[in-house]
Amino acid sequence: MFHDLFFSKSKGKAPKPCPIALSTRVRLARNLREFPFPGRAQSGQKKAVLSKCMKALEKVKNLKACTSVELDELSELDRQILVERHLISLELSQSDESGGVVLSDDRSCSVMVNEEDHLRIQVLSNGLDFQKVWALADSLDSGIESKLDYAFDSQLGFLTACPTNLGTGMRASVMMHLPGLVMSKNMDKVINAVNHLGIAVRGLFGEGSDASGSIFQISNQQTLGESETAILERLQVTLDNIVQQESMAREKLMEDDGLRLVDKISRAAGSLKNCFLIQSSEAMDHLSLIRLAADFGLLPEKFRAIADRMFIEVQPGHVQLSAGKPIEPGERDRLRAETLRKEFIRMPHLNLDTQVD
Amino acid sequence: MKCHHCDSQATVHLTQIINGQMHKMDLCESCAQEKGVTNPDNLSIGSLLDDQPSKPDASTASMTCESCGTTHQDFKKGGRLGCEACYHVFRPVLEPLLDGMHAGINHLGKIPSRSVEKKSVVENEEMLRQALHKAVEEENYEKAAELRDRLKKLQAPSSTSA
Repeated sequence: MFHDLFFSKSKGKAPKPCPIALSTRVRLARNLREFPFPGRAQSGQKKAVLSKCMKALEKVKNLKACTSVELDELSELDRQILVERHLISLELSQSDESGGVVLSDDRSCSVMVNEEDHLRIQVLSNGLDFQKVWALADSLDSGIESKLDYAFDSQLGFLTACPTNLGTGMRASVMMHLPGLVMSKNMDKVINAVNHLGIAVRGLFGEGSDASGSIFQISNQQTLGESETAILERLQVTLDNIVQQESMAREKLMEDDGLRLVDKISRAAGSLKNCFLIQSSEAMDHLSLIRLAADFGLLPEKFRAIADRMFIEVQPGHVQLSAGKPIEPGERDRLRAETLRKEFIRMPHLNLDTQVD
Repeated sequence: MKCHHCDSQATVHLTQIINGQMHKMDLCESCAQEKGVTNPDNLSIGSLLDDQPSKPDASTASMTCESCGTTHQDFKKGGRLGCEACYHVFRPVLEPLLDGMHAGINHLGKIPSRSVEKKSVVENEEMLRQALHKAVEEENYEKAAELRDRLKKLQAPSSTSA
């Protein structure tokens, strides 16, 4: 089964702890010169694009160790798991024909075929590291470009189905954990301020601003009129600013009403240790507080990494993955609670020596 | 903040530039779902703004891309173009939109080595020179320095071969 790929633990490198930024992603939108974009293409043309792209991708050096699949071959559950891991988009997972994806075995790169554009090249990494992620995306793109003719215009850059992606075709985003700004009710202000700078804020899966788990995806909105490096630099400045605001909000929360915050965290810990039925959004909110506790030094460092891992494992697709089969929502809540209890049963009491009188 | 369609709390906030004007809309989760705004990345706010008067323009209304069949109406409704040729056909209606949508209207990013013809490289040099001139006029020296470096890089291979 395809999702067996995810049973194997990723080898060696542990994620670099970065308290506020969870992960960095760069995606490039590209189209082939001689075919209509997927939204306008006939069935036969989409098939031709898929086979042409898959053949070309096989020969790309950076994609030597990878798995290629056509969406038709994947079950609903496999697709859902890939979406939850941000390896394919929701749009591609719902594609009815000729969608494809190539995933590197270390899961850092994915290339989607016949999404909104013919190719969506994506590179993911833990923590905040635009330089590394852009360098990899750039070289992957160059590798693909040496095999395929891209639709490109000297004035408008890479041509994309939606004009909002024109130019560089690049969307760079960082997943950020911002519980301080959410709890102090400052998130709306931050969203408004960064929107004016051409930067978008979305929830974990793009579904709304006040995301469960206080996790937000922050990305550039503008793709034309600046170089990739200039876009990334501008985004970096904004992100540094948000990190600063978040740190200040956290400090203030602890200063103003530390007892209430500790109470909240402690109750979240209690819920995770004692739940028997739990939905993913509630689990996400508790995990967010555990992560925050680790940042404050109230819990050992390792609980940040555990919370990060559990953010994904409590998603509906991943609960079913651990069950090995599709299961109903009620049963999922039971199984999710069981997983969380096992994970957190040995979690120590909060270390309150330094934080609260 | 309240939803544009009902009185619930708005959690989805959309911003789009249409004809150079900024339009904002706030929606609650369920209205957003109903309107198909599940993924803001693929959003066409145009269809949501049904109260926006659209000026009929005979010269653009009949525009159709012969290569893929996309009409001006399709583009207005879905916000997407159908193929490479669309960008030539719809350029007159597209350019005013791009101005408000992006940081500029000229590509300053990566240039694919394979599909670049001599002609477009020349155009790009010219374009960079213009952008450099503009940046200096605006006293945006940081940008000017970047453009100058890019221009140098672009000129380098041709000067060595000559």
